[in-house]
Amino acid sequence: MKIVTVRRISQIFFLLLLIWFCTVTTLGVEWWRLRGWPVNWLLQLDPLVAVATMLSTNSLYKGLLWALVTVTLTILLGRFFCSWVCPFGAIHHFVGYLAKRGKAVSAKIALNKYHPGQSIKYYLLIFLLTAAAGSLLSSLLRVVPEKPILFSIGVVICLTGFALLSLLRVVTDAKKALATLLFLLALWVGLGLLLPTSSLVAASLQTGLLDPIPLIHRSINLILIPLAERISPIQRYYSGSWFIAVIFLTAVLLNLKVPRFYCRFVCPLGALFGVLSAFSLWRIGVVETSSECSHCHLCDVDCEGACQPAEKIRISECVLCMNCLEGCPHNLVGYRTTISETGEVALPDLSRRGFLVSFLSGAVVIPVVRLGGLVGPNWKSSVIRPPGALAEPDFLSRCLKCGQCMRICPTNIIHPAGLESGLEGLWSPVLNFRIGTSGCQLNCTACSHICPTAAIRPISLEEKLGKGQFSQVGPIRLGTAFVDRGRCLPWAMDRPCIVCQENCPVSPKAIFTREYFSTVREGKFTLVKVAGQRLELADSTLEPGELATGDYFVMTTKNGRQRRWRILENTKNTITLADSIAPNEAPDLDSYLSVQVRLQQPYVDPKLCIGCGICEHECPVSGKRAIRVTAENESRSPGRSMLLPRGT
Amino acid sequence: MNHMMEGTNRRDFLLRLLKGGLTITAACTLSYWLYDGIGPHPGEKQVAKVTLPDFSMPSLRGKMSIVSGLDRVKTINRGLEALGGIETFVKQGDRVLLKVNAAFATPPLLSATTNPQLVGEIARLCYKAGASEVIVTDNPINDPASCFSLTGIEEAAQLAGAKVLLPRQSYFQPTTVTNGVLIRNWPILWEPFQKINRVIGIAPVKDHHRSGASMTMKNWYGLLGGSRNVFHQDIHNIIKELAIMVKPTLVVLDGTTTMITNGPTGGSLGDLKKTGTMIVSTDQVAADAFGATLLGRKPTELPYLAKAEAAGVGTADYESLKPIRIDST
Repeated sequence: MKIVTVRRISQIFFLLLLIWFCTVTTLGVEWWRLRGWPVNWLLQLDPLVAVATMLSTNSLYKGLLWALVTVTLTILLGRFFCSWVCPFGAIHHFVGYLAKRGKAVSAKIALNKYHPGQSIKYYLLIFLLTAAAGSLLSSLLRVVPEKPILFSIGVVICLTGFALLSLLRVVTDAKKALATLLFLLALWVGLGLLLPTSSLVAASLQTGLLDPIPLIHRSINLILIPLAERISPIQRYYSGSWFIAVIFLTAVLLNLKVPRFYCRFVCPLGALFGVLSAFSLWRIGVVETSSECSHCHLCDVDCEGACQPAEKIRISECVLCMNCLEGCPHNLVGYRTTISETGEVALPDLSRRGFLVSFLSGAVVIPVVRLGGLVGPNWKSSVIRPPGALAEPDFLSRCLKCGQCMRICPTNIIHPAGLESGLEGLWSPVLNFRIGTSGCQLNCTACSHICPTAAIRPISLEEKLGKGQFSQVGPIRLGTAFVDRGRCLPWAMDRPCIVCQENCPVSPKAIFTREYFSTVREGKFTLVKVAGQRLELADSTLEPGELATGDYFVMTTKNGRQRRWRILENTKNTITLADSIAPNEAPDLDSYLSVQVRLQQPYVDPKLCIGCGICEHECPVSGKRAIRVTAENESRSPGRSMLLPRGT
Repeated sequence: MNHMMEGTNRRDFLLRLLKGGLTITAACTLSYWLYDGIGPHPGEKQVAKVTLPDFSMPSLRGKMSIVSGLDRVKTINRGLEALGGIETFVKQGDRVLLKVNAAFATPPLLSATTNPQLVGEIARLCYKAGASEVIVTDNPINDPASCFSLTGIEEAAQLAGAKVLLPRQSYFQPTTVTNGVLIRNWPILWEPFQKINRVIGIAPVKDHHRSGASMTMKNWYGLLGGSRNVFHQDIHNIIKELAIMVKPTLVVLDGTTTMITNGPTGGSLGDLKKTGTMIVSTDQVAADAFGATLLGRKPTELPYLAKAEAAGVGTADYESLKPIRIDST
């Protein structure tokens, strides 16, 4: 079998695997549901996820160890992931192939010429990783004021090292090098003294915006499956998903212009592999000296990486599509451990200036974005995170925006954020209790267990419900429900309702009611006759049966004593009561009586409310709900607590 | 130039004239065909398309048994036997629908939903009596799939060979209740009723803050679709109309454990009380009237009972049916 055939099989396999994993990411007992399928496996194989979260959290979350396999294989084999595993790469590969079809050989060769713009992806990678390393940079800066001794030792070591290197003549231009070193040290001291207490300098994981593996998961989970899914009994919605679709389609359609445009120019994961593959043991190259090579460039015709194998091959651009092996009529291109006979460019083409610009902008972008205060005092109470989500700064240092939690949520309440949680929080999970089939289900912790980076940390049902060893802490609160008394039927419109109270799932209910008898509009009537249960009125203004719902009462006053009688039935001018009025209690004729409606007005007990949003979902005021959950009092942010602490 | 003039002259002109003429004709035809001289209507109204048939058996009106005991399998069997056995209600080849209360995604231990063991046993009995198909359905409040799996109803039903139908958008059809004021052109869960000729409602006894109690009549609420929560504004009349709408073969009211407080969701064992009673009846009003006593309430405290009685659904004076009382312990 030809090697490219094997490659195609591998690509199709991983693309189908991804679609399969995304499809089965649903709760249920059937074999095609999430029944131990390793649905995060491709995300875990992605070393950019591992590297970026290592920088942003100083830790490697369990499943991400799989990335080590990819890294090891890349160091041995080169960028095999791009052409053999990456499902997004497979899509680009195929669409690029379709777009190239029918074009002249010369045109194809021209399309696959190396373009200096291919360096952009490395700058993007530096930018994204620096943003992820925010807290690491911040702790480096904090060394200056907080550990001056350590800092001094560091300075001494630097200067001694420099002196040694100069003496050994490793450093040639000692003057310039010393100036640079001193400048850097001064910068360190200066920034260290200026910034250390600032909470703005923090880690923010933004690789997921462009990292192809989270990107393709997000696109399949939130666009393709909801459009195509037939297994789900109810249409799933995702707010603002059009934007994700635009990014996905743009990336795919750019292949019409340049094959693998995304892989060559944008992909930060590809860039990471590019750096890693610089040291790869096996590599593509020309096998023999060019005596036989006629410079026909047929090896370039289907070159996916635009790495120019016949010339000085750019190893970091080579995606190991193996098309050049097939393309060369003289079999001059090979894949082996020695470097190409025509020479090679092992390292990516990076300028010092470009490196500095992307590094500095990566370091500055998060502090600038956080000046808006959305992670601080200007936090948006409409941003309700799933149960188990970490406090906002930690959450943002881990969330990949992969959409796995949004896909698994059985009630479809987890949605990709727009800009409500800030630029950083784009596509991060937020809860929307209007869309979906209910609120956050009490006995469900699915999102916390699927999260590949523990931005939503795995919680047990005991912890979520505040039972067992968690009974002291209490249940996990997502926020608090607030009754909007201007919209609530029993509060504002004299209508009984309390659907919210009925559906409140905690015990005792966080929503309780107080009874209130409200005299209905134009509810004063003149009494003409009393006969047992039957009252006759002077006017015939009632609609027959309108007071017969069981919620209406007549209030009578006799000798200053007020009494209420439940209404059973009514005609135009008579009211039948549930009980007879004893003669000594009968109100005077020609006196007024009031018709009242018994209302149960809902209140929220903030001590009990967990913010699950079921009340908001069920509220019959179906537009802007009359009871709404906002993030106040959420467990994950102690600073947002509304209530007085009552500790023991 | 000359050559082109010659080449395009008559033949090409006629051809172009023909194409142009055809296009104009097509445009005119399309315009005439789609012409709308009035403008759109103010929105289509849903029109009632279906009516639930009467599933009751006239010869078996007003039957009721009350069995005490804590073992549901035992009590339901004794209760049915007292009324002549399941064979009285389910015949060879019958297709039975079990309307359970699966409203909430809570475990069976919390008794907020129909007990799965009870569902399984009734499904098994139906098949034993010769039923050709048993379907279990509900349109729950919480997420349907989670409800059916967490309550254990799905598993119990499937183990007994019954089919569970989760609601889908396409399963709903508008209906109107005769003389109804509230249920008019309102969507109900219709699909599971196709080809069904026996309906058994199975509900637990639960406290319900708005209506007083949720039992077999309130259980039909789970057949409503649409934005059904608006009906809470007139809870007693909607329960009455639901009881008029569904004429079941049989209702089973499970008072083995009663949710005394915090209903209808419950959520804690502290909300429950062992009341050890199973009610089997062909009269849903009588069953619920008795059920109210398990909650420590008088039937007169639940206005919907009187309303349903007045509408001829059944009798709230359950003693008049001379219920057969059995102690299974």
